[in-house]
Amino acid sequence: MRKVLLATLGSIAVLTAGGALANDELIKMAQNPKDWVMPAGDYANTRYSKLNQITAANVGKLQVAWTFSTGVLRGHEGGPLIIGNMMYVHTPFPNKVYALDLSKDNAIVWKYEPKQDPNVIPVMCCDTVNRGVAYGDGKIFLHQADTTLVALDAKTGKVAWSVKNGDPGKGATGTSSPLVVKDKVLIGISGGEFGVQCHVTAYDLKSGKQVWRAFSEGPDDQIMVDPVKTTELGKPVGKDSSLKTWQGDQWKIGGGCTWGWLSYDPGLNMVYYGSGNPSTWNPKQRPGDNKWSMTIFARDVDSGMAKWVYQMTPHDEWDYDGVNEMILSDQQIGNAQRKLLTHFDRNGLGYTLDRDTGELLVAEKYDPTVNWTTGVDMNKSSPTYGRPKVVDQYSTEKGGEDKNTKGVCPAALGTKDQQPAAYSPDTQLFYVPTNHVCMDYEPFKVSYTAGQPYVGATLSMYPPPGASHMGNFIAWDNKTGKIVWSNKEQFSVWSGALATAGGVVFYGTLEGYLKAVDAKTGKELYKFRTPSGIIGNVTTYENGGRQYIAVLSGVGGWAGIGLAAGLTDPTDGLGAVGGYAALSNYTALGGSLTVFALPQ
Amino acid sequence: MALLHAPDRLPSDIEDMLLRKIWFAGAAMILVVSGGIAIAESRLDAAAVKSEDGKYLDKEGNPTFKVAADGTVDWYTYSGYRRYHSECHVCHGPDGMGSTYAPALTDSLKTMSYSDFMAVVASGRQNGNSVMPALGDNPNVACYMDDLYIYLRARADDAVGRMRPAKKEDKPEAYTQAENSCMGKK
Repeated sequence: MRKVLLATLGSIAVLTAGGALANDELIKMAQNPKDWVMPAGDYANTRYSKLNQITAANVGKLQVAWTFSTGVLRGHEGGPLIIGNMMYVHTPFPNKVYALDLSKDNAIVWKYEPKQDPNVIPVMCCDTVNRGVAYGDGKIFLHQADTTLVALDAKTGKVAWSVKNGDPGKGATGTSSPLVVKDKVLIGISGGEFGVQCHVTAYDLKSGKQVWRAFSEGPDDQIMVDPVKTTELGKPVGKDSSLKTWQGDQWKIGGGCTWGWLSYDPGLNMVYYGSGNPSTWNPKQRPGDNKWSMTIFARDVDSGMAKWVYQMTPHDEWDYDGVNEMILSDQQIGNAQRKLLTHFDRNGLGYTLDRDTGELLVAEKYDPTVNWTTGVDMNKSSPTYGRPKVVDQYSTEKGGEDKNTKGVCPAALGTKDQQPAAYSPDTQLFYVPTNHVCMDYEPFKVSYTAGQPYVGATLSMYPPPGASHMGNFIAWDNKTGKIVWSNKEQFSVWSGALATAGGVVFYGTLEGYLKAVDAKTGKELYKFRTPSGIIGNVTTYENGGRQYIAVLSGVGGWAGIGLAAGLTDPTDGLGAVGGYAALSNYTALGGSLTVFALPQ
Repeated sequence: MALLHAPDRLPSDIEDMLLRKIWFAGAAMILVVSGGIAIAESRLDAAAVKSEDGKYLDKEGNPTFKVAADGTVDWYTYSGYRRYHSECHVCHGPDGMGSTYAPALTDSLKTMSYSDFMAVVASGRQNGNSVMPALGDNPNVACYMDDLYIYLRARADDAVGRMRPAKKEDKPEAYTQAENSCMGKK
């Protein structure tokens, strides 16, 4: 048997040599700071650029170099890719992709616009967003709203292959960005508010054929977990680790969606991502820990098997999806050089783990108002090791159905949602866009119908008591779990950050400002009001010897739901609109790309 | 709370008459400000003239809200608030205020009739890339159509404000029975 395996492995090695080259190509390309070849800038999801033409000293002189209208309204998340002279700009539904030639006055080289059934629009929970395209092997990969994963020839825009990743008729939709690793394209799926059993799937880069699919909940073979070899906090997860934590076959409509970001460590050959909320939002209706929702997964990229898992919020009671990005860094802690994974969870805790073993090193609040937990049990010999200690007053499970649990911080939006943070190896700080919002949460019984919302809770959101702002942009030390500096923002910061070797950190605001701050101190150095609110991620690239900063504006997304009308102040009493100005007083819809540079 | 029967409630009818006069006055003022006849008519129509098993009806026999002087709302308005914020608010925004991509129902319900509301919610409609899904097969919506309509009508008429109504009438017994049978509960 072993001989047969060896022989097979040998032939696989030969077959995948081409794929390994594609991987090497991407690793090499990501090291060229002139390009921005993947949504997060690099496999480690640092959103850091070595470009240093724009510095803390000169960023104040930044000017708009050029702009581009996407022709699409609604929320513009994500950002463009830049490869050589080509820029690839995506839009929300209908999911257009534009290829622009930066050397030819940004002319449109090709445009792709899929034909999609518009009935997918209302099954997208939180606007028709898309978080961007990926590149690999001469192709651009797009995850359409209707879950079609399509490979486009990067030169012509022609469809090379396409594959359906889920069933929108059952509420599965595509919003996330793919990640090309080796000879595979990896993609997650959305639909946690529709009871979808969510998964991450690897497709063959050349053909689009499915290689593996790992669900977030279900039997061991479906979740691709080995009862003995897969560990949580150093211990084997055991047989039926997911099934045991659901009542009956509720796992089949269990959510755990995978609409966030993927990161990859070529040295360990591991891919990292988080799973979202268990369905429904009514915790009483789904007893148990609901594994592996709200979980960090570390999987072998070739086999798809999980090496380790860590469930951050067992039995979620607040919709604190665990999908936010996993940022990989190599840092020294004490005397040891560690391979770290840092994650800012919706639940308000910033986690630092050893990404090789899954050992939990730090779990601390990155907004002091977080109140649903007193913290994570860090005692390795405790039976509740690694679990958050839930405060009864803010437990919607304890409160039960039809009881309005008040004053829970953070709100379901999380202290941070998908808007990715950045990490600068220069400062060893993480730059984190955050929400500063609390909520009332009332769960109640719902019935499941395929393709219909399966929510089961009523929410209202408002700023924390005494606060007049709803967002912060913070710098975080992942070794100590402490905030180094914090800038107040009137609204949630719903834009992905960018850190640069010029000592400048960039982010956007919901009013539409692109802001540049000093990486060391947080001091604001520059701001410019783009045409609409920014929920996109800031990108940088170099072309013709100039460093550019690019960002999509176009307000929307979940931020556009809760904030467009303005949040209410519960202390103002019935019927009063609080003193918190509505976002609609500041900005209106419209997608456009704004590109900045220093004057020549 | 005992079930209300309109014929036995003369004092309440008088109250409604008084209310209607106040509505007239209010409507006249709004006419001056907005010049919108539709708004004024809607306000007139919304007055509850009778109650059946805790559900209030206007003079056309359409469901409507009832807000007492102390702010106590009828059960349907309260229930509609909850169902709205579970099923509708992710598109139509908190408190019916609209989002960046779906209309504010606090405006829509100023002119939309009860039958049109029922038809659109049940069957959906499409206007370019703006799509309202058909929710007629979703028991979490279909079993609460009147609740949603009554809550949104109250919002459109400014009879209830933003946020959760603080005080409510008790859940009527007939309502509980109808809800259980609609949701398939034993």
